[in-house]
Amino acid sequence: MEPIISAAGLTKTYRVFQKRKGVAGALRGLVKREYKEVRAVDGISFNIEPGELVAFLGPNGAGKTTTLKMLSGLIYPNAGSARVLGYVPWERDDAFRRRFALVMGQKNQLWWDLPASDSFELHREIYGIPSDQFKRTLGDLTELLNVEKLTRQAVRELSLGERMKMELIAALLHQPQVLLLDEPTIGLDVVAQVAIQKCLREYHQQRGVTMLLTSHYMRDVEALCNRVIVINHGKLVYDGGLAGLSERFGRMKLVKIEFASGSVPDDIERFGEVAHRDGPGVELRVDPARIGEILGAILERYPVADISVTDPPLEQVITRVFQESEPAKS
Amino acid sequence: MSASNPLPSDPLSTASGAPARGVMGVLTKYWMIFRASLVERMTYRGDFFLATILRFLPMLTTILLWDAIYTGAKAKSGTTQLGSSSISFSYNEMIAYLLMVNISRMFSSMPGLAGGIAREIRDGTLKKYLLQPIQMLGYLVSYRVAHKIAYIATTAIPYALLFFVCRHYFEGHVPTDPVTWLAFLTSLVLAFIVGFYFEASVGMVGFWFLEVTSLLYIVMTMNFFISGHMLPLDLLPTPWSTILKSLPFQYMAYFPAVVFLGKIQGAELARELAFQAAWALAFILLAHWLYRRGLRRYSAYGG
Repeated sequence: MEPIISAAGLTKTYRVFQKRKGVAGALRGLVKREYKEVRAVDGISFNIEPGELVAFLGPNGAGKTTTLKMLSGLIYPNAGSARVLGYVPWERDDAFRRRFALVMGQKNQLWWDLPASDSFELHREIYGIPSDQFKRTLGDLTELLNVEKLTRQAVRELSLGERMKMELIAALLHQPQVLLLDEPTIGLDVVAQVAIQKCLREYHQQRGVTMLLTSHYMRDVEALCNRVIVINHGKLVYDGGLAGLSERFGRMKLVKIEFASGSVPDDIERFGEVAHRDGPGVELRVDPARIGEILGAILERYPVADISVTDPPLEQVITRVFQESEPAKS
Repeated sequence: MSASNPLPSDPLSTASGAPARGVMGVLTKYWMIFRASLVERMTYRGDFFLATILRFLPMLTTILLWDAIYTGAKAKSGTTQLGSSSISFSYNEMIAYLLMVNISRMFSSMPGLAGGIAREIRDGTLKKYLLQPIQMLGYLVSYRVAHKIAYIATTAIPYALLFFVCRHYFEGHVPTDPVTWLAFLTSLVLAFIVGFYFEASVGMVGFWFLEVTSLLYIVMTMNFFISGHMLPLDLLPTPWSTILKSLPFQYMAYFPAVVFLGKIQGAELARELAFQAAWALAFILLAHWLYRRGLRRYSAYGG
């Protein structure tokens, strides 16, 4: 099957105005402006098959949002190409725009002073959604998100989580085949986060919609996605399964030890890299091949109150991916 | 176009429930925007009403000012008419003109339009026009028409009251023939179009400059004078009145008012209406052109 989203060598460079220091600098800036080229996205290529649910990860400024903007047609690249649903996104063909949706956690698309249902009606007209289909989809979505009673309330009176649910409904009303989500759960409490996750997961299962989402919450990623694409400094550093990510970057096991003496011995660092230290407890990053040897050595030497071996949480794996993909300082 | 051939093998493509619905579909789309805008606008009707009443207060000082000017002119040179050789105004006509200019501006003024466009460009809400199958200018026109209708509906009573109080200024100056009425109404609709697309064009400057507040202030202040909102353009010395009457700004205030007062008639009226329509078309084209150019820049530099 042809990929539903494909990017080949996507590159985006921004020209950023450099401000000089002080009044004299500001005056000089009026005459001659200095610009710096910032490569936000640097030759990214990937393919996404229909029905996949992919997480797009990277630290702030890695180029995630810029890539999503190119895929949704808001900006066009300096080099490279992309296809979404067979269209070149930045040509902004109406037929393309009817078949995808972009949800941005920090941007509002609903009318502030009106109830969400009025915005939904407007979407029905803008997208030309047949009446019966509209009613069915709206019914399903409000039930799924448990907001049937809130659609007649002015959007400005809703909580952040409720508003996000409404945004999601608005984005899904025209049944897009591709859904791009930029930080859909940002700023939400855990309950609302889980509700959004649940909605996305169930919607994905029911409709097989292709989804690409960025998020800072590893819980979103773990709950939703099997495949992750990691970018850093505009470059793709990993593309594959979640499990593979831990294998490749999180080869280390995490050994948690609580010492009976109440304090961590000074020479603990020779057993492994200290990930965290807290009173009598310590977390060591240890090569799995040496686990037995190290545990033996520690137990032999010190009285231990508690000990456990785990895989490092995804958050730590990701941090490691980011660190290892930093370009070498010259 | 390559884009018209989206993934024929994709089984999901049958689920895209968006049939092309032709002209009627497009019309209902913008009608819905219009309706939603109307409802939204009505939420603030209290604010509306108060603003209208306050708007009439300067009118009182204007009447007193012109009373003094006409008294002075009569004492100095015995004249009771002010203006040029072709179009001049008696005192009553002057007050009637200044009242009618408010009607012109009711159609042509677009509070917040240019600034709103510039703000949407700056803060990125412009995105919604790029992501959804909808045109920004079409959307904004629907929105503005709704606001205008809501505005006219809520201010009808205070305006009727004002004109009733000032009715003696209009004695003998209310058009009696249907042609003048038709021309007047046409000039008001065209004034709306000229005003809308002129201000929209100004707002598009936001694509090139991030901060447009002072530019907008200059344009709006200039417009108050050169559109004839402050005084009839005929009162200016010759080169200036000729220049200003060949610019499009007069169609936003001066022109509908003098049509109502019957100062322009016959072939000249037809010619002027044609000019107004031509300017309306020119601004429509300019706004669309600037929008296309601006989007190209926006898509290249940010978003």
